[in-house]
Amino acid sequence: MPVTAILILAAGTFAIRFAGPLLRDRVTLPDRVRELLSASATVLLFALVAISALTSGKQFGGFALAIGVVVGGLAAWRKLPFVAVIVLAALTTAGLRFAGIA
Amino acid sequence: MRSIWRTLDAVLLRDVAAVALGAAVTGASFGAISVSSGLPWWVPVLMSVAIFAGGSQFMAVGIVAAGGSPAAAVLAGLVLNARHLPFGLAIGDVLGKSPLARVVGSHLLIDESTAFAMAQKDPARARAAYWACGVALFISWNTGVLVGALAGQAIGDPMTFGLDAAFPAALLALTLPALKDAATRNAALVGAVIALATTPFLPAGVPVLLALAGLFVFRTKKEEPCPSPRS
Repeated sequence: MPVTAILILAAGTFAIRFAGPLLRDRVTLPDRVRELLSASATVLLFALVAISALTSGKQFGGFALAIGVVVGGLAAWRKLPFVAVIVLAALTTAGLRFAGIA
Repeated sequence: MRSIWRTLDAVLLRDVAAVALGAAVTGASFGAISVSSGLPWWVPVLMSVAIFAGGSQFMAVGIVAAGGSPAAAVLAGLVLNARHLPFGLAIGDVLGKSPLARVVGSHLLIDESTAFAMAQKDPARARAAYWACGVALFISWNTGVLVGALAGQAIGDPMTFGLDAAFPAALLALTLPALKDAATRNAALVGAVIALATTPFLPAGVPVLLALAGLFVFRTKKEEPCPSPRS
């Protein structure tokens, strides 16, 4: 991993991050567009949840991972504290793997 | 800045600390994996401070370790990080107005800080949550990477601890309030199906972006005063 490559990736990533707030400043957005942008962030985050819960690389990520995230999701839905959600998800997945379930 | 810390309550800080702890352990594994793939200890540390986007860091190191070119690693990393542009458009307001806040705040724009900001009801809390999460994760992620890079192989596989389940579970918990809105939920479900269906065929990062097509089913009623969860 050459330093030049690291710096290019860093600069490019920063430009991507900086562009959003900058563009948002330049134009006054109608309410409808603001709603759409807010929804788009949720759509992206939820897609990220689905992909990191169900896949690993290009394949199915295994039952231990999927069940752990579902248990965490149920805990969040039942309004358990956030910390409990994370711990339950990790413990479930770790426990299932320990029991030999991939 | 002072008003930010006043707005933070114990519960929010505890939630941020939980995510930060997970990031530290994942960071340690990134440091250890990088060193074991033959890189000197300071490379993962430089990457983590300068890039500060875990997914793209793992991917770049993985591509180079597998014999890929650095150019391919950079390109794949940028594609994976492209989602931060719509994130910034959606929550750009919470960073603050000064140029310094814009620059530093942009570097702290990650999945977790976006999700924490989105989960808050009023703008002051969203701003406090964003900064608290961004700063805490910057510190914990980089500390974790440094420790992992120095300790090397002594760090265990984070998958043994189920930490790969902790990240999606945390994001899901933070996204649930926004998903109460039916229009947003429908768009998110369609988007997730698109992302999952395309994952086997496309480079990492592209399926997440394709999920935005789910917004075609996003319909809000005109007379609804506040259809979006944040307004």
